[in-house]
Amino acid sequence: MGKVKFISGDDAFAEGIRLARPQVVSAYPITPQTIVVERLSDMVEDQSLKSEFIHVESEHSALSCAIGASSVGARAFTATSSQGLLYMAEGLPYAAGGRFPIVMMNANRATALPWNIYGDQRDSVSQLDCGWIQVYVEDAQESLDMALMSYYIAEHPSVRVPVMVNLDGFVLTHTYEAVDIPEAKLADEFLPPYVSDNKMDLENPKNMAFSVGPADNQEFHLLHHKAMLRVADVVNEADTRFQSIFGRSHGGMVEGYRTEDAEYVLITVGSITGLAREVVDELRSQGVRAGVLKLRFLRPFPSQQIAEALVNSIEQGSAEVGSVVQAVGTLEKDISFGYEGTIYTNVNSALIKEDVHVPSYNFIGGLGGRDISKEDIRKCFSHMIGKEKDKIVWIGLGVEDDVR
Amino acid sequence: MIEIRWHGRGGQGAFTAAKIFGAAAVAEGRYALAFPSFGPERRGAPIQAFTKIDDAIVKDRSEIRNCDYIVIIDETLYSPAFLDALKKGGRIYINTKTPEKYSDSRITVVDADTISMHFLNRPVSNTAMAAVLAADTGIVSSENIEKSLYQYLPEKVAEKNVNVVNHIFEKDVFRRQIADSAIKHQDSRGGK
Repeated sequence: MGKVKFISGDDAFAEGIRLARPQVVSAYPITPQTIVVERLSDMVEDQSLKSEFIHVESEHSALSCAIGASSVGARAFTATSSQGLLYMAEGLPYAAGGRFPIVMMNANRATALPWNIYGDQRDSVSQLDCGWIQVYVEDAQESLDMALMSYYIAEHPSVRVPVMVNLDGFVLTHTYEAVDIPEAKLADEFLPPYVSDNKMDLENPKNMAFSVGPADNQEFHLLHHKAMLRVADVVNEADTRFQSIFGRSHGGMVEGYRTEDAEYVLITVGSITGLAREVVDELRSQGVRAGVLKLRFLRPFPSQQIAEALVNSIEQGSAEVGSVVQAVGTLEKDISFGYEGTIYTNVNSALIKEDVHVPSYNFIGGLGGRDISKEDIRKCFSHMIGKEKDKIVWIGLGVEDDVR
Repeated sequence: MIEIRWHGRGGQGAFTAAKIFGAAAVAEGRYALAFPSFGPERRGAPIQAFTKIDDAIVKDRSEIRNCDYIVIIDETLYSPAFLDALKKGGRIYINTKTPEKYSDSRITVVDADTISMHFLNRPVSNTAMAAVLAADTGIVSSENIEKSLYQYLPEKVAEKNVNVVNHIFEKDVFRRQIADSAIKHQDSRGGK
């Protein structure tokens, strides 16, 4: 056990980054991420973090700077949110394709217009295809722990892909809770220094970040894709290692709660998971076999792990193995206009590929910071239990009748 | 779960009070969350802050609608409708110089501004109101409130605030209202 402090998700993330000892922090503030880079600048000032803190003039430069730092072999960190992430968009596939293992914190926030600084996940979900690993955390402790663990995953020799760690804006970034801050000595034991030959080096000159024409271009993408497919194993390795050193585990690509024998499973991403678990407990006490499946990663997408969590052996001793799940719901703070929630699209593809054939619902809510209440989550379950016809449902609407 | 809602204006330290109270609860071995009403920060604008305390991990991160306690740091923000937001047995704490305005027996009154002026030379009453809540309910000890002050305030400011906490715990400064003639008085005027 380290020291327990009552701090916010942003504070916790900054503490995790201090433990990871990045050599370069490039920063441009944006609500609700600002506190992270403010804390890091304090840490550099008081020399508890020996790092080059570069206050750049935009998010585009923040990421470009991190790419530059990584290209000379430095461990680099940056952070952003919403419009800032979108402004970085040009650099995102550059960092991923260059296989620069940068870690970036993203405070999930709505995208304009209408202008809004509150939390939803439309910013990062819009960037699923940029080639980064995407992880979503649930509370301040997982924020700190993933700040550290993300470098282990990103820099792993079989991965070498940047990681975006997503914290729900305000609900996580600005909420204070008790967080265990590990000792630096243990963090050093967990995370070795970054060593790579993917860097500019006067002793060992090489061509980097080059052009590749049609003759070889696709193969580079396949290499990148294969690295992503190895992430699930590395996440498990990182978690096992983390547990042996710190005594805490956050699980693998997904984390099930009472899914073992569940008939109705709600799939969640991020901080809403806790409340969903509470509703599951309530439903269980009423005899409803409900469960929650938290997706910790959206890239790579944990299709196999989702299927494994949903398909259960019904009767012990029986040869019959099949699905007891009656319905699956995907609750997300996202909408791909003109279609459905993008996480739902991904979940459905996973179900088809893995031969899990159950009714699948999409619950869209929490957009622009709209509160998702316990009652809203109860309604998601009753919608699934009632086998309702509408597959795509907007929850928590205030002015439904006026929306035409 | 104990659910506390704090009302103040930007700059009056309502969120700091929520954090101090939450940190004090954690120091007593309980679980807590503290968060502000989300959004832009503007000095002078009405803000709410929330503290949730429980013996198990607090999973519900949504804003508090039904409160055990409501703490009004700035009296101008009080509305009688707040009484409807109280759980059974809940209380409202109001920082006021005119306690006679409040007649409901669920209200506790204190002139926190005068206490804060005396010890801090400024009418910043967030610490005073947190101390009143602690002293009246016993949810957290004065020692743990004092320790938490040092976590969120500069040392010199924290020292002065410790005096505020001690004063409130030692002197009889707050009063639970008893339902009295104020309501009747209002009725007799025939006003709304």
